[in-house]
Amino acid sequence: MTVAKNIGKKKHFAFKPFMLLAHAILLICSLIWIYPIVWTIISSFKPQANFFKEQLNLLPSMMTLDNYIRVWSKANFTIYFTNSVIVTICTVALVLIMTNMAGYVLGRYKFFGRGFLMALFLSSICIPLVSTLIPVYQIVKSMGLMGTRLGLILSGAGGAHVIFLLLFSSYYSTVPNELEEAAKLDGCGFLGTYISVMVPLSSPITTTVVIMESLWTWNAFQLPLILTLNNPASRTLAVGLYAFKGENVVDWTGICAGGAIAMVPIIIVFIAFQKFFINGMAGAVKG
Amino acid sequence: MSTIKLTKAQRKNRIKLNLWCWSFVSMTLIFYILFQGYPIIRSIYYSLFNWSGMTSNMTYVGLDNYKTLLADNLFWGAFKNSFRYMVMVVPLEVVISLFFAYLLNDEKLRGRTAYRIMLFMPVVVTASIVGIVMVFIWSSTGIVNNTLVGLGAIPKAINWLGNKKYAMQTVVIVSVWKDMGTYMIYWLAALQGVPADVIEAANVDGATRVQTFFRVVVPIILPTAGIIVILCTINSLKAFDLIQTLTGGGPFYATDVIATFVYRTAFTSEMGLPRFGYASAAATLFGFVVIIIGAVLNTVKGKLQQQ
Repeated sequence: MTVAKNIGKKKHFAFKPFMLLAHAILLICSLIWIYPIVWTIISSFKPQANFFKEQLNLLPSMMTLDNYIRVWSKANFTIYFTNSVIVTICTVALVLIMTNMAGYVLGRYKFFGRGFLMALFLSSICIPLVSTLIPVYQIVKSMGLMGTRLGLILSGAGGAHVIFLLLFSSYYSTVPNELEEAAKLDGCGFLGTYISVMVPLSSPITTTVVIMESLWTWNAFQLPLILTLNNPASRTLAVGLYAFKGENVVDWTGICAGGAIAMVPIIIVFIAFQKFFINGMAGAVKG
Repeated sequence: MSTIKLTKAQRKNRIKLNLWCWSFVSMTLIFYILFQGYPIIRSIYYSLFNWSGMTSNMTYVGLDNYKTLLADNLFWGAFKNSFRYMVMVVPLEVVISLFFAYLLNDEKLRGRTAYRIMLFMPVVVTASIVGIVMVFIWSSTGIVNNTLVGLGAIPKAINWLGNKKYAMQTVVIVSVWKDMGTYMIYWLAALQGVPADVIEAANVDGATRVQTFFRVVVPIILPTAGIIVILCTINSLKAFDLIQTLTGGGPFYATDVIATFVYRTAFTSEMGLPRFGYASAAATLFGFVVIIIGAVLNTVKGKLQQQ
């Protein structure tokens, strides 16, 4: 009795200072971690003339929407934003359909060549984008899609998407056979079972894949950069801001406004769906 | 008679199933071959030609591009920088992310979701935009210099990204900050696999937090640690977005890695006419090195797990 009491007491005292220290470290680091993002968003509301004087202030003396008006109207950001939205939606839809289908059969059936395909897809993790960049550029060019949104969408959907394949296949492998048998008895064929039973079941993974791929496509830079070198009209936000910076080195508040336009939508999406995103990433490493 | 019929039907079913399966993977397979598998082979082919990429004028030069590469100081500089970057990023990233994950893994910690969101935030924002904004933050009038001078840590402002001596370290710090959240989540997933009663038992036995961590937690998370280190290594060798937007490989090629070297050689006219063939040789050579490193690390991990 006394022993148990003592243990409880000791634990209680040992825990408190640790918790306090943990909170102190986490709080300071979290604030440092989000500072650059917060700074960008706040700077985007500072008048251009005050920027240098108030560069460090997180509470500007004056707020203005001038920077946004300037980049939206003069600097093509309307086009960049539209491009980013269209390219992201189409790429995500494409990637979702193909990885859901492939993950389904890889997870549920022992078909001929399954092991080979798995190994082939897994090996893609090691291939750096830089090693395929020049040929991809040529392929898009030979398809006549250079500088088009379709070119960005198709090449962006390229690759094996190993993480998504693993997520879908491990999820589908846990679906009980009874559901499939029941669907067969109801007269569903292979395709019917998949569409009417399996796809609706996979909605948790689907959400994860949609969110992760949206962020990746929205943020993609290397490939969109080289595919839109000669065509500013098809640039996405990530590439557009880089070009804008090259041409307007002194317009710092404008750059911050452009940055905020690109950052804020994904931050909102992330905070709203962070559970799915984090579970997806965690699942990828477990699988 | 009937058994033969049955096997025939079974075989027919089997073939049908295989056809369905292959048609279901076909889309992924096509996109993989078209934009990753075939390009890596095509890249080897291009590397054997003297070719600007602008015209269809290709001259076969055999291994000449590789010979030129091996004598090219800029290539070796970029090659070395890629590994310098990796050697600095991987340990920092792995250790810092494990530290935060371990702190956040405590279920009794209040506000852990909020901390996790904030620490993960840089991962979701666009790398190229972070790079552009960070140029301000690390500039001579920016917050970093102001804070350090204010604290008396440095006598006067340093041009972090413009100084050959500090540029690489600054890029490393920014990139560790940017990607830390990813590895933190991986570690959290690994730590979730540590049974609570094992830790409880260690506590009851009088082990300190540090002892518990190294003697109990580390052995359990070691298999996942292998995957995390491999992913971090491979990803660090792929780095492009942040470096291109922070420094573009400068100043004086101090932060030039293979990805920025290839981009500059193939797609800009900074170094004269674009050289697709030559850049392909650099990309191919580097691609092989990365694949070999990935394979070696995987084998090492497998061997360690067997023990």
